Amino acid sequence: MSTVFPQWEVFVRARRGLDHQHAGSVHAPDGETALRAARDLFTRRQEGVSLWVVPSNEIVASDPADVGALFEPAADKAYRFPTSYELPPEVDHM
Amino acid sequence: MNQAHFDALIEADERIEPDDWMPDDYRNALVRQIAQHAHSEIIGMQPEGEWITRAPSLRRKAILTAKVQDEAGHGLYLYGAAESLGTPRSELLDRLHTKTQKYSSIFNYPTPEWADIGAIGWLVDGAAIMNQVPLCRCSYGPYGRAMVRICKEESFHQRQGYQIMLSLSQGTPEQQAMAQRALDRWWWPSIMMFGPPDSDSPNTGRSMAWGIKRFTNDELRQNFVDATVPQAELLGLTPPDNALVWNAERGHYDFGEPDWDEFARMVRGEGEIPDVRIGVRRAAHDEGDWVRKAAAAYAGKRDARSAA
Ligand SMILES: [Fe+2]
Ligand SMILES: [Fe+2]
Repeated sequence: MSTVFPQWEVFVRARRGLDHQHAGSVHAPDGETALRAARDLFTRRQEGVSLWVVPSNEIVASDPADVGALFEPAADKAYRFPTSYELPPEVDHM
Repeated sequence: MNQAHFDALIEADERIEPDDWMPDDYRNALVRQIAQHAHSEIIGMQPEGEWITRAPSLRRKAILTAKVQDEAGHGLYLYGAAESLGTPRSELLDRLHTKTQKYSSIFNYPTPEWADIGAIGWLVDGAAIMNQVPLCRCSYGPYGRAMVRICKEESFHQRQGYQIMLSLSQGTPEQQAMAQRALDRWWWPSIMMFGPPDSDSPNTGRSMAWGIKRFTNDELRQNFVDATVPQAELLGLTPPDNALVWNAERGHYDFGEPDWDEFARMVRGEGEIPDVRIGVRRAAHDEGDWVRKAAAAYAGKRDARSAA
């Protein structure tokens, strides 16, 4: 039987000042190796200045079935947006 | 080598990220600045929170609740940014609760009337925006990114405040008078939010060189006055400053000298309100302890069950 390595999610910081963004995943026996694999896979053209790898099974994700319960309550709260306040044109840039 | 690399990054206006080497002074100054900022956000919930039950309509209550909720969020974004420098949040909260770190003294003024809520949104959030927009380009990455999120949310805060002032100033003579009283109360404290005059601000030079401050206190103060005076005119309200006059030559408003003695008293935390604010904050923390204990016990029980 062949050896199966655990999966790691890869996050790349494109340049200083930006957040790490999810780029994809790699398989590797440990974090160090996962970093090296991520370097080879996602930053061959200097796409980043920093890498994070996180064991995929450590990520706790929200359930797609819960989308309504989680996010819809924000829909009827238009007053959280600046556009719901009508102001005279002279100060509307506020 | 480390120092040279750091200096080169700052020189090139690049961002410093948590894993980078940085001088202790830079790290300490940032922890202090970000923590103080975070403390201000969560203490700032109190003067407005006091008005949620008394806001004059269901809509105003909902708006004020949303704003206070945002301020809590701003505090959390900022505590997170401070933690990335290696100081845990629990320690930062301890420093707030034991008064070893400060929060903005603007939140130690009372809010006796509904119009104060309008004035706070318009002037206090307005001054905060003036301060915060340049900080989106702060040299420390996590702080700058937190500021970007915060600035996106602040516009609603200022607009709802201005709209309260607008309704009052278009209302009955009593409502107009209340709006003017609120402007009288909040004008000078807002002007002083930018800190002491540049001539009396010893750390400004260093902070500017490090890119953790982008404009001096007096520059920001002038911007604020220039932006705010026409907004007051539109409301038909008059800022309480006889020296306030447009200077065509400078292309700016001239304005009077704030009462820096009062400022010093407020920064020292004189008066009763600071104890109230810290008392409320500590009580919220202490009285919430059973919730944290219960959550930890529940998590422990689930862990034990899944291990079995
Ligand atoms: Fe805020
Ligand atoms: Fe705000």
